[in-house]
Amino acid sequence: MKKKYTGGRIFTALTYVFLYAPIIVLIVFSFNSTKSRTIWSGFTLNWYKELFNDNLIMSSLQTTLTVSVIASVVAAVIGTFAAIGFYNMKKKWRGPLLTVNNIPVINADIITGVSLALLFISAGAALGFQLGFTTLLIAHISFDVPYIILSVMPKLYQLDRNLFEAAQDLGCTWFQTVYKVIIPEILPGIINGLLIAFTMSVDDFVISYFTAGSSVQTLSMTIYAMTRRRISPEINAISTLLFAVVLILLVIVNMRESRQHKVEIKKEKMLKGLV
Amino acid sequence: MSRNTQSVRSEKGIGDSWRTVKEFFEHFRKQSFAYPYVIWMGLFVVIPIILIGVYAFTSAEGTFTFGNFSGMIDYAPVFGRSLWLAFLATVMCLLIGYPVALAISRMSPKTQRIMLMLIMLPMWINFLLRTYAWMSILENTGLINRFFASVGVFDWINGLHAADLHYTPITHFQLINTSGAVVLGMVYNYLPFMILPIQSVIVKIDPFVIEAAEDLGANSRTVFRKIIFPLSLSGVISGITMVFVPAVSTFVISKLLSNGTVMLLGDLIEMQFTGAAYNPHLGSAISLIMMVIVIICMSVMSRFGEGEEQAVVM
Repeated sequence: MKKKYTGGRIFTALTYVFLYAPIIVLIVFSFNSTKSRTIWSGFTLNWYKELFNDNLIMSSLQTTLTVSVIASVVAAVIGTFAAIGFYNMKKKWRGPLLTVNNIPVINADIITGVSLALLFISAGAALGFQLGFTTLLIAHISFDVPYIILSVMPKLYQLDRNLFEAAQDLGCTWFQTVYKVIIPEILPGIINGLLIAFTMSVDDFVISYFTAGSSVQTLSMTIYAMTRRRISPEINAISTLLFAVVLILLVIVNMRESRQHKVEIKKEKMLKGLV
Repeated sequence: MSRNTQSVRSEKGIGDSWRTVKEFFEHFRKQSFAYPYVIWMGLFVVIPIILIGVYAFTSAEGTFTFGNFSGMIDYAPVFGRSLWLAFLATVMCLLIGYPVALAISRMSPKTQRIMLMLIMLPMWINFLLRTYAWMSILENTGLINRFFASVGVFDWINGLHAADLHYTPITHFQLINTSGAVVLGMVYNYLPFMILPIQSVIVKIDPFVIEAAEDLGANSRTVFRKIIFPLSLSGVISGITMVFVPAVSTFVISKLLSNGTVMLLGDLIEMQFTGAAYNPHLGSAISLIMMVIVIICMSVMSRFGEGEEQAVVM
């Protein structure tokens, strides 16, 4: 029995090596003194310096962050209200609408991207606009909202319906009930959804590629264009930086969560001790 | 019935109907929160999908045609290759992902958290970059071939053929620009999508069920076959869809790791919407067929999930 477990652990360890090998290569070669991505010729921080002087990379990073922040925040607002609306709907309507809501999640990215491109191009031809920042933003909001709804809906179902009946009995209007009672209660779900939506937006390449046109470029699009030509180690540098930021964020979140967990356990123990 | 009660009843009736009207409006007001998004979905989810259908059945002149589909037979090899490579990648993800998910779910809660975090961490790096990193590993002058050369593998192989006059000495293994590289890229990128749902389902299995089975004389293999695997099937199914759908539709992985030598459905669609061969009608027709294939695969999978017991027989 024990032997089998160690077998599983060795296999797991090898899988992690597989998952991290390319990332380690990426990071190591961001410090390489020549442009080669396979021959090590010495340590340098030049690529990091050049990164901050590279207008194309910096402007596309800015586009990515702007689009992701606006899209995820707008999506959080639309999605939260939509989830509350769906929650109060008859099942007959809610079911089909939630299915439509799931389409962008389940559908292949390329189909979402291509279908939105068709809409934007044909509407643009009729109304006289071109693919650009606005279409990119609309596309991002469209694929962000489902993630908000998917993380807010379960929180709504955990709510006690008596809670907002009580609020209304005590004189709250429906709107007051929503922002004084419901939204504070489902806030963790909204924030969780917002984070998922934001990372989806930052990470997205395919949908942006089809809906952004040629005037704006997200970071992913710049990276893609670079991989088609000869890539610069600046890209390794920026991915190392992003990796470091994410790693630090995750460690902080994890530490906070485990501390909260510990506090909860302590509370439980204290309560038990009191009883 | 006396007059008195009748009048009360009619009064109540009026009150009731007034209340239902009020409730109707109340209800309307509450669900009206969803209306903006319903309109949004109509505009940016439903209409685009309909547009794909419209484009697929029209020609560039705007007339109805089946012509976009009749040319499709030329692309049968692309369809076949895409489905086959995505299938291989899904099977490999399952074969690697399941044992890993099982191993993780047997660790202590604290270790589990760290292990899951480590699975998710690479997903935060842009997937283009992750795939690009494989290029430097697999290239002809890449890290693997360099390693083999430095160990003397190529010299050794060339030495074996020294007597053969027609033999051209090799300097590298062809790793990149093969369909194997594309499958590797798919497995690498989508493996977390297999591990995470399976692990989340296995963790929730009641340990008492397993203990009960053990008490009743089941050995660990039987416990796995009869308890753990059937109960984890829903995770397996969502894992399979989460790997298969992006794998069958990718164009980035094939572009980067095969440099256009392995053409997939995604590449074909991408070509119709960007670049010189611009033909959104053909592109829509291909997208439509791909959607149908995905829907068929998913409904087969979900039926598989319903007949859990049948699936376990194997």
